[in-house]
Amino acid sequence: MTTPLHIGFIPLVDASALIVAVDKGFATAEGLDVTLVREVSWSNVRDKLNIGRFDAAHLLAPVAIASSLGLGHVKVPIVAPFNLGLNGNAITVSPALHAAIMGEIDGDAKDPMATALALSRVVAKRRASGAEPLTFGMTFPFSTHNYQLRFWMAAGGVDPDEDLRLVVLPPPYMVDSLANGHVDAFCVGAPWNSVAVDLGVGHILHFVSDILVRAAEKVLAVRQSWSEKNPEVLAALIRAAQRAAEFIEQPENRSEAAAILAQPERIGVDAEVIQRTLDGRLKISPDGTRRESSRYLLVGREGAARPDPAQAAWLYAQMVRWGQAQMGPDALKTAMGVFRPDLYDAAMGGGGKAPAGSHGIGAFAGPAFDPADIAGHLAAFKIGHWKP
Amino acid sequence: MSAESSPKIVIVDESPIRAAILEEGLREAGFTRVVHISEMQGLLARVYAHDPDVILIDLENPSRDVLEQMFQVSRAVRRPIAMFVDQSDSASIQASVDAGVSAYIVDGLKKERIKPILDLCISRFNAFSKLQDELDRTKSALEERKVIDRAKGILMKVKGLTEDEAYVLMRSTAMREKKKIGEIAQSILTASELLK
Repeated sequence: MTTPLHIGFIPLVDASALIVAVDKGFATAEGLDVTLVREVSWSNVRDKLNIGRFDAAHLLAPVAIASSLGLGHVKVPIVAPFNLGLNGNAITVSPALHAAIMGEIDGDAKDPMATALALSRVVAKRRASGAEPLTFGMTFPFSTHNYQLRFWMAAGGVDPDEDLRLVVLPPPYMVDSLANGHVDAFCVGAPWNSVAVDLGVGHILHFVSDILVRAAEKVLAVRQSWSEKNPEVLAALIRAAQRAAEFIEQPENRSEAAAILAQPERIGVDAEVIQRTLDGRLKISPDGTRRESSRYLLVGREGAARPDPAQAAWLYAQMVRWGQAQMGPDALKTAMGVFRPDLYDAAMGGGGKAPAGSHGIGAFAGPAFDPADIAGHLAAFKIGHWKP
Repeated sequence: MSAESSPKIVIVDESPIRAAILEEGLREAGFTRVVHISEMQGLLARVYAHDPDVILIDLENPSRDVLEQMFQVSRAVRRPIAMFVDQSDSASIQASVDAGVSAYIVDGLKKERIKPILDLCISRFNAFSKLQDELDRTKSALEERKVIDRAKGILMKVKGLTEDEAYVLMRSTAMREKKKIGEIAQSILTASELLK
């Protein structure tokens, strides 16, 4: 007997493990009859998961935490037993802002501290000349994109709430908004950075892996109550996603995976652009300059799929730093409890352990992150909007 | 309801027909201050220009995420949203998601004043999708009739049948093969295309 499941997703490359699990038949092999539902907004995915229209969803990791904490919204405990992707975002800037930053930079353009300091000089000069503040686009208030942009610019002395405008934009609108000057830069996942570069309207300034070595990006999310009622089904879903992640990470399978993902009812962009992302080989400038990184997007390799509660703690710390959440031991416990390596290990046959070297956040600025001392950690940063 | 006490409602919808249906319903119910926004570029600024108490948006609209940032105050956000429908009323949330609409309530509006707006919104959205379904059904029925007529023409020509005989042949074939007459007609068209 097969179990019917409805799973929501947003057309982004980091939904790949879920899409390939279904379209390659890995889900069917686990006895699951999955209907993937393509959605247009994170709010829709969240709400439909919350009220049970979806059994599971491709979800921004911070939304899973915010939902469990009841931040800004209905409180529905969510668990994330599988990481669909680590990293995968990039910061893209308009040609004009790129030129301005390069005009101010003192050091290597790949060094996020050098670019952040250059940005702060650009911001200061604009203020002195009476120009409008810069506008940066990101995908959602509770998103890694939001926190990665903030972390980066604040390290250079730019206050993201005072010195510029940070606005939410749906990913499909990012490129147009950059082209017509509604935003000067954005942080978004694949394929949109590459699309902007290909159209000649943007330069990729940073892969977010320049900012954080390992950042939980999207998770496979289910309601906690559902996970408790359907442990076998959940384990089957985790195994199907794991098999898909392993398939995608084999270089010889990449072109097949990219073709599956490129289908119009899945991600619906060129297979070549998708493959660039999976391979971590991106064109970063309209002049054709390429950059490779083995850390651009991790789907399953280096233990990426196994949820790490320290990552959840880091995301919670960002919510506190920027005034979205209150500091408190209970909230921290709830946040960390969203990421469930135990469910992942159980699905894999028990006894699973995090692979060596897979821990840590690896931020380019500030002290090493310690989930046990978030207040101490945040105190090390000058810019922030939290009350101890 | 006087103009002053009527809350200001902004409808964000790229479908002009659905927005008109909703706006009309709201006006009939006495909500006289209703504005429709159909342009998504710079949405936040457009919304603020009207300073609404309630914002209604359809769920097919990716710009729903743009409104979510109004839960927090920042340089880009002036008047924050206090809640999303009534958080304690899960039946309302389900009904609105199923109808395909969501409501954002700006800080300051009393809770009991939201319910009639939301209920009306849900019923108008449901009425619109029913209309849409009927339209789609009529369209496909029309298409099917065209296909049947063309298949009839082919049978009449190829087999030398009258119009009635051609129709009876298709109908009896459909019954024997447990298919719809439209499907049989489509097969005749496909076959005749292949044999051309």
